[in-house]
Formats: sequence, structure tokens, C-alpha cells
Amino acid sequence: MLELIQDYWLYFLVGRYPEGPLGGLALTVLLASLALVLSLPLGLLLGLARISPWRALRWPVTALIHVVRGIPLLLVIFWAYFFLPNLTGHESGQFTTMLVALVIFDGIYLAEIVRAGVQAVPKGQLEAARSLGLPYLSAMRTVILPQALRHMLPSLVNQFVSTIKETSLGYIIGLAEVSFVASQINGLVLTKPVQVYFLLGMTYFILCFSLSRAAFWLERRQARVLKAAA
Amino acid sequence: MLQFDLHLLLSGDYHDWLLSGLLLSLQLMAITLLLSLPLACGVAMLRLAPSRFLNALGATYVELIRNVPLLAHFLFWYFGAPELLPQAWKERLYAGNIEAISAIVALTLYTAAYMAEDIRSGIRAIPAQQFEAGRALGFSFLQTMRLCILPQALRLSLPPLLSQTLNLWQNTSIATVIGVAELMYQTQRVETASFRSVEAFAFASVAYLTVSLLISGLAALLQRRAA
Repeated sequence: MLELIQDYWLYFLVGRYPEGPLGGLALTVLLASLALVLSLPLGLLLGLARISPWRALRWPVTALIHVVRGIPLLLVIFWAYFFLPNLTGHESGQFTTMLVALVIFDGIYLAEIVRAGVQAVPKGQLEAARSLGLPYLSAMRTVILPQALRHMLPSLVNQFVSTIKETSLGYIIGLAEVSFVASQINGLVLTKPVQVYFLLGMTYFILCFSLSRAAFWLERRQARVLKAAA
Repeated sequence: MLQFDLHLLLSGDYHDWLLSGLLLSLQLMAITLLLSLPLACGVAMLRLAPSRFLNALGATYVELIRNVPLLAHFLFWYFGAPELLPQAWKERLYAGNIEAISAIVALTLYTAAYMAEDIRSGIRAIPAQQFEAGRALGFSFLQTMRLCILPQALRLSLPPLLSQTLNLWQNTSIATVIGVAELMYQTQRVETASFRSVEAFAFASVAYLTVSLLISGLAALLQRRAA
């Protein structure tokens, strides 16, 4: 196993970079981070639309959320893979495809986190802001969202863990992220599939476990802060 | 874009492929569900057992499984694990349906880790006196769990368990990576053979969506009846 690590650690971490495109674990982390950052504004908009007082906005978004949550991410990726080129007019790479699919999928899930966050803020807050004469949107922006978003931080870290796990599906469309690179290594070595895939699993584990511990710690700290404030 | 050819989905080879894929996906879900529920109960009890060692064992299982993507589980159980078996078993396995077996093992272990957590919170919601009363009547830990705590706890954890079933349903799609001929695999196959992407993906989307909605409908129904 040590020999395996010695021979392939660099390939595992960054793929063919710097001679070729970035790959491996670095690509996994990059893809997950970009997807989360880009899906935040989308999730915020969708989440607000989901609870907005205007039906014309609330109903279609609610329907969209139910549809996307009802189909597997893999299918979203396939839709993106075959229809992005039709939409944009030129060939899109695996990275773009994966990013678009993840942003849509995560945006939908974040919308539910945002909704839960906003609904956790006591109703009196919105009523007070409205009776002070603030229009709905400014009340949301200046009173409700700052409180709601603070509650959401642990959920966001957990969402990041999910996103990292989701990037592994890039393997299926041939994106050179860490699972794909591990399979390539397995193909080169041939005789050590157990060790290669064990190391792949451990890599994901170390990354995701430390992040979910961080989320747990954030949650505990927040509970303490809230208790102290009460 | 070409016209949407509904006929393609209603009869002929492509229709048969897609339908057999859907059936296999449903079978995968059903078998995994049957196997993972008892395993999940076992793991949940490990986490609550009166022994530090057993608690740690349960926690390690849950964390180890949940922090690794399902795709990596599939790769390990398909490409890696069979190599560890003795030669005779290996031959028998490769002669049979190794894809489906690996997929079921991976899905069961993965789903059980999530369900164990739901069952555990169900058990913790049962007042401690119930447990104490069981013990005071002379039942052992396992008997108290089986006869008194679990029947109540499982009823409480039904809604989260159904939402795990929903995840399981969607997760069966990932089995396509190891070549299990489930719905996703057959969708890709139809797509490659006919270049009819829209029809193939539409069928898959509607199929996945319908089963998902049935499961969440069931959850909503149960919730309303419990309330």
C-alpha cells in the first residue's frame, strides 16, 4: 500500500496538472466549492420565492422544487450533459456540465434550508418590521435574513459535505475528479483494487468527517451563544 | 429538435428495456429495504447499548459509511471486495450476478447507516421510564428493546425512515456505474442505440418522479393520520 501511495500520490491529488488539466482531489474540492458558492444566491432566491406572499411566484417554484427533488442527481447531470450544448450553442466540457447540474441541484436543496431558516425566525419579527412601515422586501432583507442566515451556517457546512460526495458522480460522465483518477490508477496497477478503493474511501472520509465535525462544533457553539443571549 | 416520439416509449424493444430497468430498480429498492432495516435496528442498538465499546463500534460504522460517497462504496464492493474472497467463492460469484450482489451490499450498508440514526432518535424519544420498567420486570436489555422500546420507536421513526426510502430510491440510479441493468443503465442504453435522448430521459424522469411522489405521498398520509 505504501508503494502505491509513493508512486501515485501526486496524480491522485492534482491529476495531470501542471502538464495537463487539473484533476484528482484538487478538482473535487474546487468543483464542490464553486458549486456551493454559486448555488447560494440561487438557493436564496428560490427559498424566498417558495415562501413569498405572491402566488404567481410561490407556486411554480414550489412545483420546480418538488420535481427536482423527485429525480436522482444523476438524471439531472444527464439532462445537463445532453441539453447544455443545445442551449448554449457550443460543446460544454464535463466540468461545466457537472457544475451546472450541481448548482441547480444544490440550489434546490439550499432553498429548503433557507426556507427553514426564515421560518425559524419568530413571526413577530416580520410583523414588527412591517408595522414600522418597511415594505415586505426590505423587511426580509434588513430584519429577517440577517437572523435567518446566521442559523443556517451549520447546515451550509453539512451541505458542503453533501456536495463533495455528489461530485463523485462526475466519474460517470468522465470528469477527472478523485474517484475517476482512482479508477485510472487501478487500471494502471491492476493487481491492487482493494487497496486503491480503500484509499479512495479513506480520502473522502478524512475530508468529509472533519468538515462534519466542524459543522457539529459550529452548531454547539451557536446553541451556547443563543442560550447566553436568552 | 426532432419531434417527441411517444410511440417509442409505448411499445417495441426500447419500451421493454426501459420497463425491465424500472422493474430492476424497484427490486433493488425492495431488497435493500428488507435487508437494511434489521441492520439499522442492530446498529442503533449498538449505539445505545450499555457498553462503551459497542457504542464506539456503532458510531464508527455510521461515520465511516456516511462520510464516503455511495459511488466509492459501489466501486469498492464491485472491484475491490470480491478479490478478498477465497478462490472457490470468487468463481461462484463471478459466474452469478456479481453486479447485482455488489450493488445490494453497497446500498444496504449505506442505507442502514442513515436509517440507524433515524431509529436511534426514535428510541431516544421514548421516555426512559419505559426502558426502566422493562428492566425492572426482569427483561434483559435485548428483550426490553425488542418487546417494549423498538415497537414504539419504529412507529415514531416512520416519517424519517420513509424519507430515507426516498433517498434509497434515488440512490439506486448510481448502480449504473458498475453495470447493473437498472433504469438509469437502460436509459443510457436506449439513448446510445436510438439517439432519442429526450424520450429516454423523459421516461426516466417521469418514472423516478412517480415513485418518489408515491413515497412522499405515503409519508404525508401517515403523518396526517398520526397527527
